[in-house]
Amino acid sequence: MHELSIALSIVEMACGEAESRGGVKIDAVHLQLGQLSGVVKEALLFSYDLACEGTRLEGSRLVIEEIAPVAYCPACRTQRALDSTGRLCCSVCGGLTPEILKGKELEVVALEISDEHATASGRG
Amino acid sequence: MSMQPRLVEVRQKVLRQNDLLARELRERFREAGVAVVSLVSSPGSGKTTFLEKTLANLRLRHRVAALVGDLATENDAARLARSQAPVKQIITGTVCHLDAQMIGNALEGWDLRNLDLLFIENVGNLVCPSSYDLGENLRLVLFSVTEGEDKPLKYPTIFNTADVAVITKVDLSAAVEFDLEAAENSIQSVRPGMPTFRVSAKTGEGMDECMQFLESAVAGSRGDAGEDAVVTASSPGTKA
Repeated sequence: MHELSIALSIVEMACGEAESRGGVKIDAVHLQLGQLSGVVKEALLFSYDLACEGTRLEGSRLVIEEIAPVAYCPACRTQRALDSTGRLCCSVCGGLTPEILKGKELEVVALEISDEHATASGRG
Repeated sequence: MSMQPRLVEVRQKVLRQNDLLARELRERFREAGVAVVSLVSSPGSGKTTFLEKTLANLRLRHRVAALVGDLATENDAARLARSQAPVKQIITGTVCHLDAQMIGNALEGWDLRNLDLLFIENVGNLVCPSSYDLGENLRLVLFSVTEGEDKPLKYPTIFNTADVAVITKVDLSAAVEFDLEAAENSIQSVRPGMPTFRVSAKTGEGMDECMQFLESAVAGSRGDAGEDAVVTASSPGTKA
């Protein structure tokens, strides 16, 4: 259960972004979460609200886009979806696929900002 | 008053800070010529016994040391110190994994140039440590024959981030009817091509092969080989 420390990192990063943009209000944080990242979506959502408490992100939402695993199949010589996260095998030919191309993401991709007014009066 | 919400693109890895610190550590290790091997497993799979025997063996030919992480107690450090190698306990409190910052802090006061090989024993946990790069050259994932052949399928992420798998307590495999072939198939399906060793730290079975593998990792790291070369240059004949 390291989702709380992950959530704290997300909140810290988003607070930093808000400040660097002159103290704007952040309504939502958009996150890409790979199914092979080792982070559980539900636990992260639960931890996020806790991590936001007492910060400028309190009341904001965490919007998670789950990324299904994709690997390079050496037999088919192309990218393939995987059958499951428990077997790194090509969904077409069943061959082993050591090279993961997608599915390990743990990345903040965007912020929803509603209060532009603060930008104008901020340090910028 | 307030405007329509707008979406601002950011693109930042959540664990960027840890990744940066880990990269710095890796560079420090490379400059000092020390190879770093981390150990992950569930609690009770035999990391400490494996490491105890490993330190005692390798310290005859190399300058070895270990950092060991636990939520509480210095028991493991005390056990490992019996090997006469320098050992430091990292007590994480409630934190379920080690991170790069903890490693950096624990190394304060150590002159890395006096070491050839540093082991890092992570907190017993097959989930959380997978997300945190510690700057290591090699990550060993251990699991014991009492845990079931499908452990890798249940915890694919940690097996996928590891470089080498070590099946421990093989002296018990007959008693618990453990199917070694099935276990290795599980490993290969979550991490195709991963070198795998079968060992019993208690009886010594398979330990020599594993030590040879680690020693070639040391040689790779202390030469001019980059971190990737450590893994590939020494890719073992596991037990073919």
